[in-house]
Amino acid sequence: MKYVDEFQDPTAARALLDRIAELAARLATGRSRPLHLMEVCGGHTHTISKYGIEAMLPKSIELVHGPGCPVCVLPMGRVDDCVALAEQPGVIFTTFGDAMRVPGSKKSLMGARADGADVRMVYSPLDALQLARANPDKQVIFFALGFETTMPSSAFTVLQAQAERVHNFSLFCNHITIVPTIKAVLDSPELMLEGFLGPGHVSMVIGTRPYEFIASRYAKPIVVAGFEPLDILQSIWMLLRQLDEGRCMVENQYSRAVPALGNPQALAAIAQVFELREFFEWRGLGSIDHSGVRLRAAFSAFDAERRFAVPNVRIADPKACQCGEVLKGVIKPWQCKVFGSACTPDTPLGALMVSSEGACAAQYSHGRTRRVGAA
Amino acid sequence: MTSGLRPRGKLGPVVTLAHGGGGRAMHDLIDEVFVRRFGSGGVEDQARIALADVAARGDRLAFSTDSYVVDPLFFPGGDIGRLAVNGTVNDLAVGGATPLALSCAVIIEEGLPIETLHRVAESMQQSAAAAGVAIVTGDTKVVNRGAADKLFITTAGIGVVPRGVNIAVDRARAGDAILVNGYIGDHGATVLNARGDLALDAPLQSDTQPLHTLVQAMLAACPDIHCLRDATRGGLASVLNEFAQACGLALCIDETQLPVRDEVAGVCAILGLDPLYFANEGKLVAIVPAESSSAVLAAMRAHPAGAHAAIIGRVTAQPSALVVMRTRFGGERIVDMLVGEQLPRIC
Repeated sequence: MKYVDEFQDPTAARALLDRIAELAARLATGRSRPLHLMEVCGGHTHTISKYGIEAMLPKSIELVHGPGCPVCVLPMGRVDDCVALAEQPGVIFTTFGDAMRVPGSKKSLMGARADGADVRMVYSPLDALQLARANPDKQVIFFALGFETTMPSSAFTVLQAQAERVHNFSLFCNHITIVPTIKAVLDSPELMLEGFLGPGHVSMVIGTRPYEFIASRYAKPIVVAGFEPLDILQSIWMLLRQLDEGRCMVENQYSRAVPALGNPQALAAIAQVFELREFFEWRGLGSIDHSGVRLRAAFSAFDAERRFAVPNVRIADPKACQCGEVLKGVIKPWQCKVFGSACTPDTPLGALMVSSEGACAAQYSHGRTRRVGAA
Repeated sequence: MTSGLRPRGKLGPVVTLAHGGGGRAMHDLIDEVFVRRFGSGGVEDQARIALADVAARGDRLAFSTDSYVVDPLFFPGGDIGRLAVNGTVNDLAVGGATPLALSCAVIIEEGLPIETLHRVAESMQQSAAAAGVAIVTGDTKVVNRGAADKLFITTAGIGVVPRGVNIAVDRARAGDAILVNGYIGDHGATVLNARGDLALDAPLQSDTQPLHTLVQAMLAACPDIHCLRDATRGGLASVLNEFAQACGLALCIDETQLPVRDEVAGVCAILGLDPLYFANEGKLVAIVPAESSSAVLAAMRAHPAGAHAAIIGRVTAQPSALVVMRTRFGGERIVDMLVGEQLPRIC
């Protein structure tokens, strides 16, 4: 396919890998452990596992799969809230497909659907709004989930609903923000990261400026990366080059899609519709200040949290799960006590095992050969 | 041929509960829609098949059944009726059997237009004729609105396995070649697109087709085919995993050799789906001894159902019981079983 194949060219990949190997060898001298580079975004995790990139890299580079998978960081209590909303009479609960299987304390949304709740998969919040128009006697709730990537479409949908006076549509807002999350990772006392691959889709919205603190305050390099396999390799090479030259900067590999200042219209819509919450609860990472948003009071008519009784109960993560340590890069997925035994894609305990963008599911589904070969 | 031309006459415009009630209305429905087309019926409750006919064709009876619940009922390249015939024919074919006869049981939701039922039955008749099988018995039930969605069909089929053919899921050996008979993922992508949620304008068509004559041509080229299975729900990935687990060996495939149409690859790229997991309705995977692989490939390519056949990989001893793919990009990854549902009601 044109405009896709160019970014998957194996010859270009080999040339980049040679340059990566050269830099990695130089950086490895005198080091006792591999360089740890975190790809923040679940989309990158997916590309890395889908194309088998980890196995192509020199052994002195290890990729750590970060917290940028919205489904993976969803706490159990929030899933319970979704189930409670979905089970109210007269409600059509709409969600992106990958949130369907995330386990709550009693059941997932898929379980709720099997028990009779009207839960429907949609591809866009506009599909949910269309359902609301088509079903005026029902309440249609959209489970708004994701980082700044999906926030603009939620915001525009709320504005559209307001303009059309669609009163039976509301948003259960679980949008989260990327910067406080990266900060939480950087503040972790167990931090063992040398650099970051920055999230490409989020950056199309927010630009590259918000990452300056990573370079200036934490002295770590970050390269905003695209999602094709060559994008990933080039970004890794750019990170290594910064490390080799002793620089810490925000660099933009994905300049074909990411402007430095982001997307002003999208940012304006976000600012108009959403405001920061004081804190938001994350699976595995605990509560992070200013890491989530909610609808502003002016849009309370479209806020499911204000319109319906939401239990909002905090449920501790299952004890056996080590999702938090995996998310922060302290351990690798397979080092978790329950990886592949109690926790598999068929019976996920932790959300990292649910989405194909989750570090554990990606590792389980695509990456076992490397370790099988080593075992 | 006569689709759309039948007088609505005594059946009325839609199927009602009376058509499943066991009385005159049901009799008329079965007679008008099914018996006249399938030419089965007779006065007995069951089809009777002479054992001598069966025994003359081989030494084992093959028997298989499948239900069809695809939504929508009609899609580019096919419909639920054609799937119901070809699907069961193919279940028999991949055991090496010559399909002989099918049954057809339908569950109809009250309110289904009679015209729709006529179109589906006509399609079943044409597909059965094209595949050279007879629909010899059947059943009709009508349920309340909401108790089923429009129309569900169950077909069962019998066939005969010729003497000497020994295809089994666990017969793969290290060194064997892995073949597929053409483009993968067409059916899954077509049905997904036909649902209209995506509003993608792609010229996609289901690949539904009977495979038994292709299998016969392959067996003529290599009577000792080790494994053969049709890749339906769960796609190519599921069949390869079933083989890998049954034989305890590694199935190593090469992404650059996989036949995938640009349109299907495009739909997958947009939606983050993988053609390896997309349903097919006219594709099979074969594992054959390495020395026969070129002969089998040539036989497949000479058959209309195998024009785009390809050798996609090899069986190796390690890593055990896994499917491994060399990616287009030069990396390597595991191709696991599909977890959960990629798409519901695809066939």
